[in-house]
Amino acid sequence: MAGLKSRTVQTVIIVLVIIGLIALALGGYLTPLSRYVLAPVIGSQTWLATRFQAIQTYITAPADLTRLQQRNEELEAENSQLQSQIITLKQQLSETSILQALVDFARVNPENRYVAARVIGRDPSPFLQYVLINRGSDDGLRRGMPVVTSQGLVGRVAAVTAGAARVQLITDAASAVNVRLEPSGAQAVLQGSATGDLSLDMIPQEASVEIGELVLTSGLGGNYPADIVVGQVTNLRSRDTDLFQKASVQPAVDFRQIPIVLIITNFRPVDVSPLIPTPNAP
Amino acid sequence: MTATLLAIPILGSLLILQTAVFSQLPLLRGTTDLVMVAIIAWSLQKSVKTAWQWGIIGGLLVSLSTALPFGLPIIGYLLVVGMALLLRQRVWQVPILAMFVATFLGTLITQALAVLVLRFTGTSLAWLESVNMITLPSMLLNLVVAIPAYALLGDLARWLYPEELVV
Repeated sequence: MAGLKSRTVQTVIIVLVIIGLIALALGGYLTPLSRYVLAPVIGSQTWLATRFQAIQTYITAPADLTRLQQRNEELEAENSQLQSQIITLKQQLSETSILQALVDFARVNPENRYVAARVIGRDPSPFLQYVLINRGSDDGLRRGMPVVTSQGLVGRVAAVTAGAARVQLITDAASAVNVRLEPSGAQAVLQGSATGDLSLDMIPQEASVEIGELVLTSGLGGNYPADIVVGQVTNLRSRDTDLFQKASVQPAVDFRQIPIVLIITNFRPVDVSPLIPTPNAP
Repeated sequence: MTATLLAIPILGSLLILQTAVFSQLPLLRGTTDLVMVAIIAWSLQKSVKTAWQWGIIGGLLVSLSTALPFGLPIIGYLLVVGMALLLRQRVWQVPILAMFVATFLGTLITQALAVLVLRFTGTSLAWLESVNMITLPSMLLNLVVAIPAYALLGDLARWLYPEELVV
């Protein structure tokens, strides 16, 4: 009985002590004490946690690094693939816009029949302004057929093989095209040069030509159809002592870059050479 | 025989490269003559005995693709081969110098021949303009490719004509 009583007293005392401690803790009276008590515990835990994290990082990091490197390589490969796709698409877009312009040109001039050809090279000699195209006699091309782009006149077919042809550009030094100037209506001869510049000769002195006039094929001579745009007059030289005026022409076509051309296949050049009188002719 | 036959794919590939790529990259109006530079580089290799054949094949291939009168490139390249062989005998101790001199003179010979014939056939070409805008830039471009061409064709010549070691 005495044992039971003392145990009850002990329990009551413990409960009271606990309640007291809780009350002291809630009142903030135990804070300095807890700081001293918890400080070594926190220090120990921090030390242990730091070491554990270091070990964990040491063990798991290489796997992550390898995975990241692999992922990086994958992304880089995907990136280069996308870049090449962008380049291809840009090329396709550029080609499509060129073809669209050529189709528009063909629609505007329905009287002509066209064959499109890709420019695959230039003449090896720097003195000659010729380009090679990937269409030939198998595609209906014949010598003398005019070659155009949506911008204007390019030249004419100079030589043909079964699968390719050589086109003499109007900028070639040996090229001469009969042209008409608009709006003055003056007739002239367009000549190329070794440097690729275009000039107009044989403009009559009485013609009142202005800078900026449009140069179109006249159709005279039978080598080219009429009314194909060639370029624009940029400079005029007129002297009283000369028989004719001369002019410089800015071509409508950019001859440095001609990716695709159209060949007018239903135009047959007229050979007028038998009609030209020779000195020995009766 | 192998060395002669090899000229067809090598010079043919160079001609394709020249017409498709190098002709589209002019300096002023001048362009690189890869075929001529290759023929010069081949002719200057001391063990080579097929320089004339390379000149003919190169000239024939260019004749087929250019609008110049047929045979003119053959004559031009044969003159270049002759000049290169002469230089090989005279300046054999300094092959790089010979390569530069031959490229310089070769460009002059082939382009002067082209201008002469074109003028003769009625094409109006201004001399000064041609020299300033075409010949000098072409010469510079040819000199730029002369050294790599000499090195590459030197390797080919050593592979085709291995030197015998005297023990």
